Amino acid sequence: MNSGIDLQEIFIESLMDLGIPPGAAKAIWMPLPMFLMIIGATVGVLVTVWLERKISAAAQQRIGPEYMGPFGVLAPVADGMKLVFKEDILPAQSDRLLFTLGPVLVVIPVFLSYLIVPFGQNLVITDIGTGIFLWVALSSIAPIGLLMAGYSSNNKYSLLGGLRAAAQSISYEIPLSLSVLAIVMMSNSLSTIDIVQQQSGYGILGWNIWRQPFGLIVFWICALAECERLPFDLPEAEEEIVAGYQTEYSGMKFALFYLSSYVNLVLSALLFSVLYLGGWNFPIPIDLLASLLGVSETDPWLQIITASLGIIMTILKAYFLVFLAVLLRWTVPRVRIDQLLDLGWKFLLPVSLANLLLTAALKLVFPFAFGG
Amino acid sequence: MDLAQGVQIVSFALLSLMMIAAALGVVLLTNIVYSAFLLGGVFISIAGLYILLNADFVAAAQVLIYVGAVNVLILFAIMLVNKREDFTPLSSAGLRKGATALVCAGLFVLLSTMVLATPWSASTASVPTTESSIVRIGQHFFTDFLLPFELASVLLLIAMVGAIILARREYLPEVLQTPNVQQQVLTLPERPRELVPAVSDSSTLTSTPGDRNK
Repeated sequence: MNSGIDLQEIFIESLMDLGIPPGAAKAIWMPLPMFLMIIGATVGVLVTVWLERKISAAAQQRIGPEYMGPFGVLAPVADGMKLVFKEDILPAQSDRLLFTLGPVLVVIPVFLSYLIVPFGQNLVITDIGTGIFLWVALSSIAPIGLLMAGYSSNNKYSLLGGLRAAAQSISYEIPLSLSVLAIVMMSNSLSTIDIVQQQSGYGILGWNIWRQPFGLIVFWICALAECERLPFDLPEAEEEIVAGYQTEYSGMKFALFYLSSYVNLVLSALLFSVLYLGGWNFPIPIDLLASLLGVSETDPWLQIITASLGIIMTILKAYFLVFLAVLLRWTVPRVRIDQLLDLGWKFLLPVSLANLLLTAALKLVFPFAFGG
Repeated sequence: MDLAQGVQIVSFALLSLMMIAAALGVVLLTNIVYSAFLLGGVFISIAGLYILLNADFVAAAQVLIYVGAVNVLILFAIMLVNKREDFTPLSSAGLRKGATALVCAGLFVLLSTMVLATPWSASTASVPTTESSIVRIGQHFFTDFLLPFELASVLLLIAMVGAIILARREYLPEVLQTPNVQQQVLTLPERPRELVPAVSDSSTLTSTPGDRNK
């Protein structure tokens, strides 16, 4: 199996050739992909905000941002600049320490989860054994930050919003984890790399989308609920509780909440494409194309094309899902809190459990197709 | 000492310091909300220590279950119970404190004997660090720890089925309506709210139709 380009190895080896000891070379390498990933995530948010504006405008037959740069692409940048320069207001009776700590606790786990998002065989920050489970675990920290923000604002709407966010997050975590578990059972590994590897080989026919039709729907509904997107944006329902836990926030602290919600959306879309849409795989296997054209697998330019095509495919799939999420936001009305909890506990949880049992049974019966 | 070892020692010191400070804060602070948030800090520090011990799966499970579920539920309970009570000194406080001290000292002695009696050095040599901890945990669960594992999972399954049945009211028989029993009225522990009538209503309620014609 040809593993493609390994940037880390090349970088470390070239540094060691310059006479730097291996430990120091590794230490110099380590911050680079992390920094790149943070930049990438932030740019991804800007693109998502722009898409949200343009698609919502199209859904409502408006034009949307037009004069800020070509097609209004600079509108999200202007948003960000405005938030950076706004005054940071601390409400008089609030709990200052918790008020500051709340947004931080919401943002850090979301960015940390980018550790496990793969863009290629070796294009991932770390391929740790816990993999996808790390994302599930980290996403469960955010409700503490939301509760903290809601409590410390000393505002009844904030507290209500924080409690709603925590309740929603806990309820939808369970079906989400169960649908991820069905995938993990098929690929025999928690690592995101292995999950994508298990789907590769047969092009679009090998993707988990065909093997997990129920898990896919459960996962996407739960991911939208975890991101607090519109069918489930009860924690910040404007008509009922002003803006939920964000009510008292302004300036950069509000920007952190805003950023984390969009980063979380992009992250969920990326992980959806990893879990169900074959990650970096092209719909037609590239090996097949290369052998048809008579190109050797070890050809350097083929490897470069494969790597860049992998990144493009991952991002394309993720943004297709972001597009779906945005379209859902502007066409679907908000559910009530009792409907939300009913859907989570009485429908999604039994469905995801049944899906898990079905996957286990299918894995025993058809081990060749379900990763026996 | 190379870089990795230095990082390990520094992070061990930081995590231990964080854990002890947060645990002391949980016990000593009077504000129960701060205590609950600091408890989350304790759990996260313990997860960090698990990572230092190469138990990455246990660390992630610790974060998922203790921080994501237990601590959030504790916070939920604190924030839903809207009760602000001042701490009243109890009668016979000395006896209670003495009993608590006795129990704590006993626990401390028990744990210290356990620490001293366990041959720690034997375990470090045999554990291969390259193998994923998930595989090892899985092997233990399905060989020598099969019975406890199955018992725990059945218990959790029962709890989950019970929760679903409690939530889906249609499975439960309707509560028998006995008209003679006086139902106890449950009230929220909030201060009673005076009903403020709307402005247009108040004018019609307080004034007679004759007044309006003046």
